Order: sequence, then C-alpha cells, then structure tokens
Amino acid sequence: MAVPTYATTAERVWHYAFRIICGLIFFFLIAPIVVIIPLSFNAEPYFTFTREMLSFNPEGYSLRWYENLLGSQEWMQSIANSFFIAISSTIIATALGTVAALGLNRPNMPARALITAILISPMIVPLIITAAALFSFFARVGLSNTYFGIILSHVVLGTPFVVLTVTASLAGFNQTLIRASQSLGANQARTFFKVILPLLLPGVISGALFAFVTSLDEVVIVNFMAGPTQTPMTVRMFSGLREEISPTILALASLLVALSILLLATLEMIRRRNERMRGMSPG
Amino acid sequence: MATREDRSKAPLVAADGTPLKEALRRSQAIERRRAFALVAPLLFFLLIVFIVPIIAMMWRSIYNPEIREYLPQTASALSAWDGEGIPPEPVFQAMAADMIVGVENRTIGRAAARINREIPGARSTMMRTSRQVDEWSAPYREKFLEEDEDWANLEFWTILQRESRLITPTYYLLAMDYEYNAQGEIAPRPEVYQIYRDLFFRTAWMSLLITGICVMLAYPISYMLATQPARISNLLLILVLLPFWTSLLVRTSAWIVLLQQQGVINELLVGLGAIDSDGRLRMIYNRTGTIVAMTHILLPFMVLPLYSVMKTIPPSYLRAAKSLGAHPFRAWWRVYFPLTIPGLAAGCILVFILAIGYYITPALVGGDSGIFISNLIADNMQGSSAQLKLAAALATILLVAVLFIYWLFNRLVGVEKLKFG
Repeated sequence: MAVPTYATTAERVWHYAFRIICGLIFFFLIAPIVVIIPLSFNAEPYFTFTREMLSFNPEGYSLRWYENLLGSQEWMQSIANSFFIAISSTIIATALGTVAALGLNRPNMPARALITAILISPMIVPLIITAAALFSFFARVGLSNTYFGIILSHVVLGTPFVVLTVTASLAGFNQTLIRASQSLGANQARTFFKVILPLLLPGVISGALFAFVTSLDEVVIVNFMAGPTQTPMTVRMFSGLREEISPTILALASLLVALSILLLATLEMIRRRNERMRGMSPG
Repeated sequence: MATREDRSKAPLVAADGTPLKEALRRSQAIERRRAFALVAPLLFFLLIVFIVPIIAMMWRSIYNPEIREYLPQTASALSAWDGEGIPPEPVFQAMAADMIVGVENRTIGRAAARINREIPGARSTMMRTSRQVDEWSAPYREKFLEEDEDWANLEFWTILQRESRLITPTYYLLAMDYEYNAQGEIAPRPEVYQIYRDLFFRTAWMSLLITGICVMLAYPISYMLATQPARISNLLLILVLLPFWTSLLVRTSAWIVLLQQQGVINELLVGLGAIDSDGRLRMIYNRTGTIVAMTHILLPFMVLPLYSVMKTIPPSYLRAAKSLGAHPFRAWWRVYFPLTIPGLAAGCILVFILAIGYYITPALVGGDSGIFISNLIADNMQGSSAQLKLAAALATILLVAVLFIYWLFNRLVGVEKLKFG
C-alpha cells in the first residue's frame, strides 16, 4: 500500500501518520507480553529492569526464578493438576462437541435454533454466574472439591468452542465429495473415515485446542471449586498476584507465553494444511 | 394391465408398496431421530450440569423456606392475621406448638437465628420462651405477653408474617439497594449500604467505555490487516493472535509489572526525568488499571470480527468513490464504514458481553474503584446463606442483562457469524 505518486501532501501525511498510529496499537498489544520474558531472568526480585540488565551485564540476569518454580513441589503439583484437568476435560468436550456438531448440521435436525442456543450458552453466560450456579449445585451433589467436579465444569466451558469450530469446518464442506466417494464404491463408514473425518479434523483439533486453553486458563470456577489437593496453577498464580507477587510468577508466565506461541504455530500449520486439502492456495 | 390413466390416479408407491408420502415421512422421521441422537449426549449433559444449576440458582434467589419449615403452624395461623393489633390466641397457640416441636427436633435455634436476621435481639426472646412453653397450657396469649414484652411488638409479627411467604423479593430488593422498613414498606436502604445499584451502573459504564476504546484501537489495525498484502498481514496478524492465545493471568500480571509504582513505566518516566521519584503515577489498583488491562485483553475480540468483515470489502469501492469526486473522508464514511458495520456490531457486543461479566482482572488490578459487579457476587458467594441468596439475586440480574444483549445481538447479527481463530 505505497503512496501513489498523485497523492496530495495531506494524503501523504495521513498515510504515514496512519502507519505510526497502527504501529503504536500493535506495540500496545504485544509489548506487555514481550516485556515479562526478560524480566523473568532478573537477578533481583524487582519488576523492573535493573541497571545491570540494561547494560547487558551477565550478573544482572539469572535463572533463579525458574529454579524456584521448577524446584517447588507445590508449583509442580499444581501445574500437573492443571494439565490433568485440562487434558481430561478436553477429551470429553471434544468427543461430545464433535458428535453434537455433526448432528446439528444434519439437514433434518429438529429445533436447530433452540438447541444451538443451548449448546453455545456456556460461552455467553458470564463465568462468575456459571461459577455461582455450579458451586452450590456441586456442593449439594457431593462433587465440590473433587477432580471430577472441576473436569465436568470445564467440559461445560469447552464444548461451545468445539461445536463452533466443527460447525465452521462443516459449513465449508464440499458435499459433492461424499457423493464422489460413494459413487466410487465406498460405503458410509469408509466415506466417513477416509473423506469426511480428514477434512473435519482441522476444525476438531482447533476446537480441542480452544477447550484445552480454556480449561488451562480458567480461574473463576476452580477458585471456588478446587480443594487444597486439586489446586491448579491458575489459582496459585491468582492468589500469588493478589497477596505478595513474586518474580516466580513471571517465570511461569514466560513459560505460558512459550506455550501459547506453540499453540499458535500448531493452529497456523493446521490452517495451511486445511487450505491445501481443499485446493485453495495457501494465503 | 393398468392403463396410463389408472396409474396416474393411483397413489405413488415406494418399492415396498407403501405410499410414497408415507415412506418419505417415515424416512425423514428416522433422519430426524438420528440427527437428534447425535446431539442428545451433549444436550443432556449441558441440561444437567449447566442449565439445571442455573435455574436452581435463580430459584434460590427468591426461595425463602426457613420460617415455613421451622414454624409451619405459626406461618399458616399468621396468614389469616390482618396485621391490626397483637395477633389472636390461635397464633400464639400455633407458636407454642411449633416451639415444642422445634425444641424436640433442635430446629428452634435455626428458626430463632433466621428471625434474628430481620429483628436483632429476637433470638434470645425466642429461645427463652421456648424453654418454658411446654409447661404452659391454653390460653397461651397472656403467658407469652407476660413472659416478654417483645411478644407484644407488632413489628415482630409483621416481619414473621412477611417472612413466612415461601417466595420473597427481599434479595432482589437488596440487590437494588432497597429493603423493607419497620412498617413493612419498601424503602431505600441507608446510604452507606447503597452499593449495588452504583456498581451495576459502573460495570455497565466501564464496559461501554472499554468497548469504545476497543473500537477506536481495533478499527485502524483491522483496516491495515485487511489491506496489506498477505505476506505482511499474516505477520501482523500474529501480533493480534499471540495476545489472544496468551493466558489471561499472564497478561494481567504483565500489566501489574508495567503499571506498578515501582514498575517499568514509572521507572522509565523517572529515568527520563519526566516525573519526580516522589511523583510516580498511580496507574494500577484503581479504575485506570482495570480499563487499561481489560482493553488489552479484549482488543483481539474486536479485531478478529472486524478484520474478517473488512477482508471481504473490495478496495476498488473506495477508489471508485474517490474517482467520482468524494473527499477521502466522505468516501470512507459513506462507502467503507457502512460495509464494516456487521463486523463492528459483532465485535462490540462480544467485547461488551465479555467485559460486563469480568471478574479476574478487576479483582487483581481494580483496587476499590475499579471492581465490577462480578467481584461482589464472588464476595457474597463465600458468605452465609443469606449472602448466597443475595449473590444469586445479583447474578440473576446480571444474567438477564447479558441474555437480553445476546438476544439483541442474535436479532441484529446472528451467532453463526462468530468465528474463532
């Protein structure tokens, strides 16, 4: 989008001003995330850059907060708890959500609008309300302070994402492929596993990733629901940020940023593969 | 052999001889059942683990069973009382009977505690009388009145009558900063307790403000993303998607690090000599903190729908408008902007709905002036049963507001337009 040669001075000024404004907004988006990574290597327990750090003096940097994090029984246990809860709830949410999306997109689905609204509703209802409702409900049926209760509540939060992403990939699905497969002699099961599923898989995987991240990142419900043995890392991090904030949290935060970069790369790979499979040029 | 005419009159039949209409209907019913069977597991799961708990919560916010449960005879005897003068003998007789049962079942203490919540001091009167009542015989009225002058208190009976209703608006009145006064009328609470209405308005106002800031920040960068060549825009998109995929707590802690009094921005300003070391800016644990951090967290939810709409607008439209003589601003306002409204609406309602229910970020960086209604719901959830009911009432009001906005969104834009990733 270069400035055309016939542009007036005002247009030129606006062109560059616009780029500067956009640059600042992108900076606002990314800088806070980038800034915590060097700070997590701070040798001092401060939340700002020390003189040594700014002059790139190796003494200003250390791995002590990472050692603190990885050497702490409590932190490692709560990280393990988080992953256990996230993986379990992702598996259940993906299975339930994918099957439901397949049904929802059948042409003869009865009461589609109403059922879609119910399936999507956990995404619309504010988390604190879901937490309030599940908190007393689970207490009454004896599920509070159990892994099972937490996993169930995370399944509730994760399924709408799976339903939406799988529905989206079904919407772009070329129905003639099914007829083509059947006309070439494949039966229903073979058509499903060889044609439909591979094309659907990107939607399923990105839905699963959303469900996984939602669970891994969830604080509100687990804050009320988790007993001392189930404490996930988010709850520990939340109370850490509330009481005395320690740079150990920045070390964990930096690791989580690395995880989100990994997730982003995975999604991008899926997207490109998907576009290739559907015969579109990779954008 | 049937003639052509006969065949045209006979109903069309399927291979097995059933009329075609019937066969079609049957096969469609099977298809419907199959489709529903696929949806059923998730639907029932959500009904049991999500919808039922929410309805139970709403029910709890109006359900008021204690007096009915612990003083059942008194409650029914009082329903006939007209509220004028000290209640007649049958009411006292019922109270005596309830007290004898209550002492036996050890529930009288709970009843007394429940009444004590409405009338401080009533507990001791109730307990004292209940210890003697089994030695009394009819008529009870005089004996009660002799025992304690509190039994002659009209207010006590008015409140007891009111609270023996199974369904009560008390918690909704509290959530709106109203209460029953001594005369049983609905009146505003004392000013020091008036916090909820303000907080509802503040939550709505701050959510609107955050949505507005998100629009102003998202519009230019979405436009840039949509108009740059694919190679550059994919790169820039990462700058939006990375925050989107980064943990909420990570981003909130980043803002704590940046905005603290000893944090990066203040140190930077002191280092540059822009401010004194004593004049460090207070940018966190107040409203500013909430607005900055939440704008950052919700901005991607505005950019993504805007970008996906802008990508579909051909750039030639703007060029056409300009070549027809429109000033660049006029061309943008009359041609481009109207085409982006669906994306704008989707983003705004998404951001607003997410903002209005926020809990974590205001709790961490909001201080006192930057908290939202969710924070008070959470505070009340950890308290007594009365506070739980208040929390349920506050949550129900918030839920109704959100569902209304969502319904509006659905009418205007449609949920299926929401896209992720």
